[in-house]
Amino acid sequence: MTASLEVTGLDFAYPDGTPALRGVDLRIDPGERVALLGPNGAGKTTFVLQLNGILTPTAGTVAVGGLPVRKPNLQEIRRRVGIVFQDPDDQLFMPTVREDVAFGPANFGVTGAELTARVDAALAEVGMAGHADRSPLHLSGGQRRRVALATVLACDPEILVLDEPSSNLDPVARRELAETLLRLDRTLLMVTHDLPYALQLCPRSVVVDDGRVVADGPTRDLLADADLLRAHRLELPFGFALA
Amino acid sequence: MGAGHSHPLYLPGTSVVHRLPAQVKIVAAFLTVLCVVATPREAFPAFAGYLLLLVAVWVAARIPPGWLARRALIEAPFVVLAVLLPFTGPDPRIEWAGLSLSHAGLLGAWNILAKGTLGVLTSLTLAATTPMRDLLLGLQRLRAPALVVTIATLMLRYADVIAAEARRMRVARIARGHDPRFLWQAGATARGIGSLFVRSYERGERVHLAMLARGWTGTLPAAGAAAAARVDWARGLAVPVVAAAVAVTALVTT
Repeated sequence: MTASLEVTGLDFAYPDGTPALRGVDLRIDPGERVALLGPNGAGKTTFVLQLNGILTPTAGTVAVGGLPVRKPNLQEIRRRVGIVFQDPDDQLFMPTVREDVAFGPANFGVTGAELTARVDAALAEVGMAGHADRSPLHLSGGQRRRVALATVLACDPEILVLDEPSSNLDPVARRELAETLLRLDRTLLMVTHDLPYALQLCPRSVVVDDGRVVADGPTRDLLADADLLRAHRLELPFGFALA
Repeated sequence: MGAGHSHPLYLPGTSVVHRLPAQVKIVAAFLTVLCVVATPREAFPAFAGYLLLLVAVWVAARIPPGWLARRALIEAPFVVLAVLLPFTGPDPRIEWAGLSLSHAGLLGAWNILAKGTLGVLTSLTLAATTPMRDLLLGLQRLRAPALVVTIATLMLRYADVIAAEARRMRVARIARGHDPRFLWQAGATARGIGSLFVRSYERGERVHLAMLARGWTGTLPAAGAAAAARVDWARGLAVPVVAAAVAVTALVTT
């Protein structure tokens, strides 16, 4: 089986020479939902930007659905890797929701009736079908997050990558987003500090710290390992404990 | 988000003027302003004619004159210069109410005032009857340079985001007891503007990354603005045709 995401020996250093990622290996199979956990500054967002070639690794390889991330493939890679950024205001930049959701697929050459169908399907998938002609500015935080998800779903990606999806959401919006994500049935990589959210959504977790993968296993096992969490500045919220 | 749900210059409606395609209205407004500018300044009745023409459009679009007048105040800073001209202009001079006014200066001031006001009123009429979004689609239809349309589209989206950010920063300053009533207290406001600039710049970079991630290659996908029907063009261009008739009459008779 071809992996949805295959990362081998990935090294990355910032232009000033500071190493951010040191030899990261990660394989995600189709249909898997994986949480990428780690403290601030562990290299999580840097890692995400390697996946679609926005940053170029200093060493190592990334392949998405078997296609290596290289300059000639970039456009197809960016279709295959759907990144939902942390701040929806960075992602939603068009005057209406419909145009924003159409932006990705239109860039990838979808036009006419198919484009309309894709936009409608993506908005329906996230439960925002009635808001297509509104401005993203007039949506609530939770609605914006779901529209941001739709902008990526409309590109029909091989793997969905979510950067801190639960940040700035109220508990209801947080739960609604979880329900939407669980319904999607897609390969998912979720970058987060929100450990209960990781447990709810992702059967498997990967812990990165200081640019390295330090643990990879079932989410429940990792979160029950108090020593591992403490060693990497991770912590369950007050009142939470896993037996 | 305290921003209103529609643009302050737009007056929602369903009149015949509102329903005209944006590209027709843009061309009509542009041509009308050209006619106004081409009219000799001494042709006083012509300017009354243009005003009448605009009033007719307002009646058709159901725009209250008071609503327009308040928004036309934006012109005020530019008119200040015109007020100075009669005092500083060359001879011959006219004595009026104890003031010595330059004849050429008076005409110059009138020229700026009349043409400026008519231009502002025409633009406001266009803005009042056309949502911002449609204006951009209209520009795109008229084959305005793609880069200009892209920049305007992004500005339309982010002006509100940045304004909201500025508002939050201001509230946060006030909440900590800042009360910039005097000039020497303005330092914090100035630094706030500086940090707002840096934050906007950083946001620009993040937006660009997010666009690249969705396959951005440098042009916005063409939006589907419908082509204007002939009858729309005929209706819309009736206004500049009347304006052109006024301008030609003025040119011939002065």
